[in-house]
Amino acid sequence: MNQVLLDKIESKQFRKDAADFSVGDSVRVHTKVVEGDKERIQIFSGVVIGRRGHGLNEMFTVRRISYGEGVERVFPLHSPRVEKVEVERKGSVRRAKLTYLRKRLGKGATLVKEREGRGAAETGPAAVQQ
Amino acid sequence: MPIGLLGKKLGQTRVYDAKGIIRPVTVVLAGPNRVLQCKTQQSDGYNAVQLGFNDQKEQRLTKALLGHIKKFNGVAVKRIQEFRNFSKEVKPGDVLGATLFSPGDYVDAIGLTKGRGFEGVVGRHGFAGGDATHGAKGWHRRSGAIGQRLFPGTVMRGMKMPGHMGQVRRTAQNLEVIQVHEADNLLLIKGAIPGSNGDYVVIRESKKQPKGWRPHAERPENVKKAEAKKK
Repeated sequence: MNQVLLDKIESKQFRKDAADFSVGDSVRVHTKVVEGDKERIQIFSGVVIGRRGHGLNEMFTVRRISYGEGVERVFPLHSPRVEKVEVERKGSVRRAKLTYLRKRLGKGATLVKEREGRGAAETGPAAVQQ
Repeated sequence: MPIGLLGKKLGQTRVYDAKGIIRPVTVVLAGPNRVLQCKTQQSDGYNAVQLGFNDQKEQRLTKALLGHIKKFNGVAVKRIQEFRNFSKEVKPGDVLGATLFSPGDYVDAIGLTKGRGFEGVVGRHGFAGGDATHGAKGWHRRSGAIGQRLFPGTVMRGMKMPGHMGQVRRTAQNLEVIQVHEADNLLLIKGAIPGSNGDYVVIRESKKQPKGWRPHAERPENVKKAEAKKK
């Protein structure tokens, strides 16, 4: 009974259009930003280096290199302030959390191997980072 | 106590408000509250309203409680709570629910905290204890000295020591009501509330307003905004 009512409250807030992406993907996160009275869209693009939590509490972390400095932002998956999440390219990774990217410099820090179907093809952009 | 309700703590979750900001909330089942006896200055010496909560089969109540309820033609309820100086006009047989409150109200939540059993000084009073390493031997979670010398020669009253912790009545003051769900009789109250999930809680209008609190329209930033719009 308790859980039923809690679930009812939570289920109303789930995004039906939740983006389908996984760890390792390069994404563009469109967030709503309020400046004064106006609202505009700000885009944060980078690699998804982790997802945590479940249900309404699920969050994901995006990492990018901005002016030579690593920047990470954490977004709630179901937040109405996230306009949409675009997937630029699918990554192929073997970890749930890509914390090893934090130690990387240069090109290797911004991209992970591209995924084509199941298993990665070691061609194209993937060759660049080696 | 102007207005209040008897409810049941269901659990905690989070909701997004209109601006998309996450609010941590405790969900409280706050009804139906059945009005039983209404005490008055003339008949009882003070003004109060008895609210009953948690509907039950009649066979599950003691005859004493059932007899009291029957006196006011009430529905069998398991728990009764008296509210002094109830500011809303009610009569026996009325049913109150979560709609007694509205979003933006400030409330106090009274409940019985979770029992912790016999707890040491580190858990109970936040003492630092001793070192885990650096040669420490059997002196990790102790309290240290508890007194002085021959004078005063006694342990001061109220000295913090190990003992029973929790399962005491506590009030969480000035919690904001975030949402009210009429259909399910639910109150979503910001922050934590004393007690386990499933425990009874009393939700009442807050005795003190938060520091600097004003109704939304009267807050300085909103007054400025309103004036700016007029211009």
